[in-house]
Amino acid sequence: MIATLAFYVFAFILIASAVMVVTSRNPVHSVLYLILAFMNAAALFLIAGAEFLAMILAIVYVGAVAVLFLFVVMMLDIDFAELRAGFQRYLPFGAIIGGILFLELLFVFGSWQFAEDAGSLRLNAMPAATDGVTNTEAIGRILYTDYIFLFQGSGLILLVAMIGAIVLTLREKAPNSRRQNIAVQVARAEAVPLENIPARTGLGTLGIKRRPLPEAEKPKAVAHDDHGHHGGGHH
Amino acid sequence: MEAFLNSSIGILAITVAQTLAVLVPLLIAVAYMTYAERKIMAAMQMRIGPNVVGPFGLLQPFADAAKMLMKETIIPSGANRALFIFAPMLTFILAMIAWAVIPVNEGWAIADINVGILYLFAISSLGVYGIIIAGWASNSKYAFLGALRSAAQMVSYEVSMGFVIVTVLLCVGSLNLTQIVLAQKTVWFFIPLFPMFIIFFISTLAETNRPPFDLAEGESELVAGFMVEYSSMTYALFFLGEYANMFLMSAMTTTLFLGGWLPPVDMAPFNWVPGPLWFILKVCLCMFTFVWVRATFPRYRYDQLMRLGWKVFLPISLVWLVLTAFVLKLAGWLPA
Repeated sequence: MIATLAFYVFAFILIASAVMVVTSRNPVHSVLYLILAFMNAAALFLIAGAEFLAMILAIVYVGAVAVLFLFVVMMLDIDFAELRAGFQRYLPFGAIIGGILFLELLFVFGSWQFAEDAGSLRLNAMPAATDGVTNTEAIGRILYTDYIFLFQGSGLILLVAMIGAIVLTLREKAPNSRRQNIAVQVARAEAVPLENIPARTGLGTLGIKRRPLPEAEKPKAVAHDDHGHHGGGHH
Repeated sequence: MEAFLNSSIGILAITVAQTLAVLVPLLIAVAYMTYAERKIMAAMQMRIGPNVVGPFGLLQPFADAAKMLMKETIIPSGANRALFIFAPMLTFILAMIAWAVIPVNEGWAIADINVGILYLFAISSLGVYGIIIAGWASNSKYAFLGALRSAAQMVSYEVSMGFVIVTVLLCVGSLNLTQIVLAQKTVWFFIPLFPMFIIFFISTLAETNRPPFDLAEGESELVAGFMVEYSSMTYALFFLGEYANMFLMSAMTTTLFLGGWLPPVDMAPFNWVPGPLWFILKVCLCMFTFVWVRATFPRYRYDQLMRLGWKVFLPISLVWLVLTAFVLKLAGWLPA
């Protein structure tokens, strides 16, 4: 009962925020709605009992991808009027892409319904909880045995994309630019001796005895003021 | 009584009571952490610290809280009102909800979930939103610059933190926080995984925007970074959220590396002390180190901060991860 109610609440918020992503006037709001959609999708995974997928969705998409997305969108100076103007022109193109995606989803869902061994796969989607196998372990077993090559292949695709991004942004260093070698810079040179200079103890008020100072160095009596440095620490 | 506890209202009541049992001590600890930080730093810098309000200045946190409450909440005219108010709330809420999975003793977690460590990691990676939304919604240069810095910083250090967590998980074989602590019965993980422990601790400093990585608020260049425009309770929520986050990160360090509620040696005088007390002691040790680091080190330069994250920590943690996997496999220590 509660799970069903929660499902409808999350599903409704998910769809509503997905609509808002498209219709929102402010691109930053769009990204924030996208994040809300991700979180609700994660909640739906949780209800389906796939807690590993839910957490990974939150970590990868919300915690990393969407942050960079937000980062970029906040920096862009977007002219809304210009965006709206192109809407009519690109509408057919967008509709075609949307239609193809929808058809693909239909095919996936249809084959899942009618394929011969789909029924048994659906029943055993996850090992029963009584086996003591969590769904994290179940995913691991499938991913690193049956699908290892596909898994590695998708990793390679990501690697290629990463190399591409690096190549695009790599610039030749100016001929006379000097590299920083931090280890050398912070290393202590032989010429600089390390001395232990005794600190004066200023903690008399805390009950710690003040070390007697040499006569010559004795400080003149200074009116003790607390500099009024109260209030919020380091901010 | 039994029937009531098993009814849905009873379960709800128990959950609320458990939540309060975690949050009330946490908030008191946060309040006194601000006091402790000022006292410890004062001692390290040969000052006295707060000593006027109450005996030894012990009522100082409450005086600060009252001051914050009574000030006016100022919302800049160019700000995005809803998001401006939402950002500090988000920071504070995220710092609180993560505590749902922290086990303070065996079986003493509000929710002892299968993927506890992933939950913690997810919540801590969401923390960046509070900062970035605050910076953007303030509609101010300094706030925005601070937010961008901190977003880049937190995303960078999360990567090596992730590898450190994976290394620990290799040794445990479970994502459950209770199992992680129980796996440290023979030896706490900070001994075999010492370099990872150091990397994790430094990453938590960066993740909480604490000195020497407090570039998001570097007052010498950005006034106060993303918090410039905030006042009164909105500011106080950021402040509380930051300190609660420090406690959270300390609790994570304790759970992953310092053996959670386990005593150092399982023998006479040590196992008389109850588990939660050990947990609190270890968290306090971590918190002290946070303050100690703040009093000791100057702030990092921004490019060096990025260099440390990507060019030092990431390779080291990656190599150590592979090495750990090799050793576990060769020695046959892999958990079943």
